[in-house]
Amino acid sequence: MSRTHITCTVNGEDTDFLANPGTSLLDALRDELGLTGAKEGCGTGDCGACSVLMDGKVTCACLVFAPEAQGRNLLTVEGLSSGAGISGDHLHPLQQTFLEGAALQCGVCTPGFLVAAKALLDHNPDPTESEIRYALAGNLCRCTGYDKIIRSVQEAAVQLRSAK
Amino acid sequence: MTAIENPKTYKWVGTRPIRHDGYDKVVGKARFAADLNLPGQLHAAYLRSPHAHANIVSIDTSKAEAMPGVKAIVTGDDFPALDITDPNHDVSINVLARGTVLYHGHAIAAVAANTKAEAQTAAAAIEVEYELLPVVLGIDEAMADGAPLVNEHNHQKFVGPSDPSNIATHTPLERGDADAAMAAADIVIEREFDCAHVHQGYIEPHACVIDTGADGKANVWASSQGHFMVRAITAAVLGWETSRIKVTPAEIGGGFGGKTTVYLEPVAARLSEKAGRPVKLVMSREEVLRSSGPAPGAKLRIKIGATSDGELTAIDGWMAYQVGAYGDFAGMVGAMSVASYKFPNLKLESWGVLSNTPKTAAYRAPSAPHAAFAIESIIDDIASELSMDPIELRLKNAAVEGDLTAMGMPHPRIGLVECLEALKASDHYQSEPAEGAARGVAVGFWFNIGEQSSATVNLNEDGTATVITGSPDIGGSRASMALMAAEELGIDVYSITPVVADTEAVGFTDVTEGSRATFATGKAVVEACRELKVELCRRAAQTMGVDEAEVEWVDGAAVSPSHVGGEPLTLAAITAQAKRTGGPLTATASLNAAGAGPSFAVHCADVKVDEETGQTEIVRYTAVQDAGTAIHPSYVEGQMQGGSVQGIGWALNEEYIFSSDGVLMNPGFLDYRIPVASDLPMIETIIVEVPNPSHPYGVRGVGETGIVPPMATIGNAIKAAAGVRMTSLPMSPPKVLKALGDAR
Repeated sequence: MSRTHITCTVNGEDTDFLANPGTSLLDALRDELGLTGAKEGCGTGDCGACSVLMDGKVTCACLVFAPEAQGRNLLTVEGLSSGAGISGDHLHPLQQTFLEGAALQCGVCTPGFLVAAKALLDHNPDPTESEIRYALAGNLCRCTGYDKIIRSVQEAAVQLRSAK
Repeated sequence: MTAIENPKTYKWVGTRPIRHDGYDKVVGKARFAADLNLPGQLHAAYLRSPHAHANIVSIDTSKAEAMPGVKAIVTGDDFPALDITDPNHDVSINVLARGTVLYHGHAIAAVAANTKAEAQTAAAAIEVEYELLPVVLGIDEAMADGAPLVNEHNHQKFVGPSDPSNIATHTPLERGDADAAMAAADIVIEREFDCAHVHQGYIEPHACVIDTGADGKANVWASSQGHFMVRAITAAVLGWETSRIKVTPAEIGGGFGGKTTVYLEPVAARLSEKAGRPVKLVMSREEVLRSSGPAPGAKLRIKIGATSDGELTAIDGWMAYQVGAYGDFAGMVGAMSVASYKFPNLKLESWGVLSNTPKTAAYRAPSAPHAAFAIESIIDDIASELSMDPIELRLKNAAVEGDLTAMGMPHPRIGLVECLEALKASDHYQSEPAEGAARGVAVGFWFNIGEQSSATVNLNEDGTATVITGSPDIGGSRASMALMAAEELGIDVYSITPVVADTEAVGFTDVTEGSRATFATGKAVVEACRELKVELCRRAAQTMGVDEAEVEWVDGAAVSPSHVGGEPLTLAAITAQAKRTGGPLTATASLNAAGAGPSFAVHCADVKVDEETGQTEIVRYTAVQDAGTAIHPSYVEGQMQGGSVQGIGWALNEEYIFSSDGVLMNPGFLDYRIPVASDLPMIETIIVEVPNPSHPYGVRGVGETGIVPPMATIGNAIKAAAGVRMTSLPMSPPKVLKALGDAR
């Protein structure tokens, strides 16, 4: 099977890679580009652990074929911070509030939640609790019961609004 | 919030620092097993049984061997046959079937190839001839006289040898005279309950990467709750010496008990040995649901007697747990977990019953949730019949120090009464339920365990410390270890690097299970730190030129009244001089911890029941739990909230649905529906602190108890809201609708 040449923007950088037409975007990100932040929890679009932003929209990377990324603008969890230092100065407010709010236990769902929450706050800077819960309903977390995730998103929303 | 202030005050214990491993986890750098790749790595895939019970007549791998990219194939014949009495016998025939497949999805063969797709294609090309056997799926069916055998190798291995049967375990417990007490009781309520199989539902599927080298040693990177366990079982199944295997723990993406055993590692190690290349083996979600876990289903008949003033006088219970195709401890624990009330008369028997379904695995307080669902439902009905407040009835009968568990063990200092009082005083309980909602409460108990742990603490030349343990961190335990070490050594929590080391870099440590890591491994960390403090004082005495007995460790420094005019000698000042004062400062502690304090919880839920759809909505939920001492309160709350929500899923949505021929019909998160954010309210928490006298900081494990109360809490709330007593889990809309219809 011949591999397709795909060019796109990943986390702000022009990127190209080769992939079989049947390869999922998730496998391409993980195996071809070494971006293992997005996880495969189900492979069927039910858990959201593979969430990435594709032209700003939350997308399950496991449900997209790699060639569909051609010409698109992708953001993965690795692109959320602007160079993460241990001080946390460069973390995205969501990453910082997730840490401070103990919104992660095992951490395997965390990249997907961060990406999905960013998409929410990008177009709804002041969501209600209910809006946050529905926006994140496609992301499964089995450790936290969601409470601290929701609170951390609320706190990040406050910080992002006050920074504007 | 914390309901009862721990009398002791600490500088670090009880604070909420950002966890040390958190940064890597929010930037996508944390390495889970499936994120690892080695040079020259192959990918493996399984062939699994399409039948729930069949003899394997033949396996022909010749076509698969000739397919592109295929480097190695293994079947059960590639592994030694362990004796039936070997503790790893069952896991050895579960990782790859030998002669007989015992459930749909049982692994039969595995292929390693250049790509995952090639491995999958080749696995599908392996030809297997089956001879079908009768499939046994239900508890009644399995226990019936003359029932076909689920597994001809099964014996009552936990209770002594007998003829093969479908009974894995039988655990009778008795005290007093339950029959007489029941006859004398003013009120007796008896009901039958059933619970579906549920899965632990960790988001990360099982995964490992293994490189078996030319020297015969295997390097394993695996997702598990205990890498020493992975080493031991993998070695036993391969027929190897333990020392041939080194296991490095990857980050673990949830376990909840489901990763306390092994599925992949012996298979991947043998494939790697055969191919001479590293092998990566990762389960799909479908494989996780079909072939790992789940928690047992159960059927319970419980009868409780009480006096008219609400004294519980007797319990008589029959509990059968469906443990899958192999013997398992699950059936024993149901009766043993009855421990919340005094019950002067008690007659319980619990059974472990086989079926042609996947081998069950531990799931957070294994077997206790089923029993608590039944018992706490009946206790609520007694309160209601007697017009007593459900908390008052429970307070009247609550076990305290010295009262006996069903096993006859006296409770140590426990905090059930304190938990009940804390809920009673809470804003939630003091407020009326919202319009259209009604309230339920229930209690949960879990033993907790101690087991073996090791810890090494190295003081570094710059005054920092490395705390090395062998307990995989599945919910913030690294932060807890660092907090305890900071408290002991008197240095900043961020001057401590907590490390979970591989099997060759730290002493033996049992699995992270039984809510034991912060208790037992924490105890080892504290012991090592205390040994270091003695040595630090000795070194300081030498430097100060004073007698060792006159030096004390205070707030991170050695101080001595005899050291005239001298400043306290800080930890950093002492470690900087270590070379001149006797060499590196390091200490190791290892222990087999006793005295894991039991943890009790009380939950309260307000629910609305939609009488048209049967849907139950949780509008308010509070979890109260005794943590002994909360080392990192955020992660204690996290355990309480996570356990509560897993229990809510168990109560309302989650169930394994099998076809009549034993095929799981909902092997994905779309149809096996775990709670999502929009299903839930915030989960309010109240941490009660009744310190455990057997831990230097009073820690009780908190990981498991939280999953015990939710099912009865919600069932009791549904009863209050809609007037129907639900006795079957999950209490899904069709069942609630039917109950409402029957009641009309």
